[in-house]
Amino acid sequence: MAAQLRELRRRIRATKSIGKITKAMELIATSRIGKAQARVQASRPYATEITKVLSALAGAASNLDHPLLVEREQPRRAAVLVVTSDKGQCGGYNANVLRATEELLSLLREQGKEPVLYVIGGKGLNYYTFRKRALVESWTGFSDQPHYVNAATAGETLVESFLHGADDAVDASGQPVAGEDGVLGVDELHVVYTEFRSMLTQTPVAKRIAPLEVEYADEEAEEAPAGLLPTYEFEPSPDALLDALLPKYINTRIFAALLESAASELAARRTAMKAASDNANELVGNLTREANQARQAQITQEISEIVGGANALAATGSDD
Amino acid sequence: MAEIAVELVAVERRLWSGKASFVVAETTEGQIGLLPGHEPMLGQLVEGGIVRVTTVDGDVMSAAVHGGFLSVTGDGVSVLAESADLADEIDVAAARAALTDEDATERARAAGRLRAAGQSA
Repeated sequence: MAAQLRELRRRIRATKSIGKITKAMELIATSRIGKAQARVQASRPYATEITKVLSALAGAASNLDHPLLVEREQPRRAAVLVVTSDKGQCGGYNANVLRATEELLSLLREQGKEPVLYVIGGKGLNYYTFRKRALVESWTGFSDQPHYVNAATAGETLVESFLHGADDAVDASGQPVAGEDGVLGVDELHVVYTEFRSMLTQTPVAKRIAPLEVEYADEEAEEAPAGLLPTYEFEPSPDALLDALLPKYINTRIFAALLESAASELAARRTAMKAASDNANELVGNLTREANQARQAQITQEISEIVGGANALAATGSDD
Repeated sequence: MAEIAVELVAVERRLWSGKASFVVAETTEGQIGLLPGHEPMLGQLVEGGIVRVTTVDGDVMSAAVHGGFLSVTGDGVSVLAESADLADEIDVAAARAALTDEDATERARAAGRLRAAGQSA
């Protein structure tokens, strides 16, 4: 009896301290979501401005046959950038991203394209290395506070690989082989990340970032008759500008994906940790009730033992 | 006095926005001065270049701009940058130390920061 009571008290103590940890993690996540959302907001002006510039350029440049804009005739290899978190404790966040990735991969395989994986975040890296799946490159250490430099590093690698893919050919057996530059590139770029819908909903989404479809700044500008478009002066030439601007645009898209994912990760962590804290509290309540019952039972037993003992003594005494 | 709306936007934040009477920037082709009513143009800014904005109050605000673009439309001027520092935010000592950096772009950026802060590089 006493042993059971001791055991229950030990479990209550342990559950309480776990509850404290999860509560702290919940509070940290909550305070960081605000910052992460502010960063998403802060990155918007640049995204809208660069989109505006790009649509102006697309409207004015005579030829839009930049490699990043043109669909390849026979896409053979597709790069997939997966954005996961570095740390766990965030519920189904990583599982959802990885499931969405698997769906995209099987879709690509159905279309006859060979997927090539690039991973951001320690959890995704672990997932693929544990399963011994081939990874081209991975970047970790910034999932909850991404900076533009991080997006730019990943973006440059991807764009380079994409440009290398321009001259890749297919050999007799249908396998892609490297072209003149001797490097096997890719023909498409996809990114899988988690979109922040609200504090309670985050949805994994897969998007193609190259070949690019320029999102026009506003519908009206697109519908306006060509004669009314302002004629731009370019320094340097429009083609050189497109060359410089498009990779930056891709970096911006990746950066936006990283920021959204960071906000989603924190929101998912907050929800998961809130559930964990609530469960811990409930468990403590139940265990306390059991412990009280055990204590009561122990006291009752002790009293009945004493009463029984006293009665027995009294009975032997009256016999004399 | 005529004025132009200026937006100075870096990837991670909006640095400055307001009305100006004169903007000077450095594109890859050379320095360019923009007055209100300038014809629409797009330009690529040099690495480690500076942008000087004369506000309507007559104050001059400079910023070091890295990896940037300039867009002039009928509505105003936007300067887009991968990263940018306003003159009063620049750590002169750190920029001076970075002048001897091994990386050429780092050196150009540091020089741009120093010039924006009004120091000689």
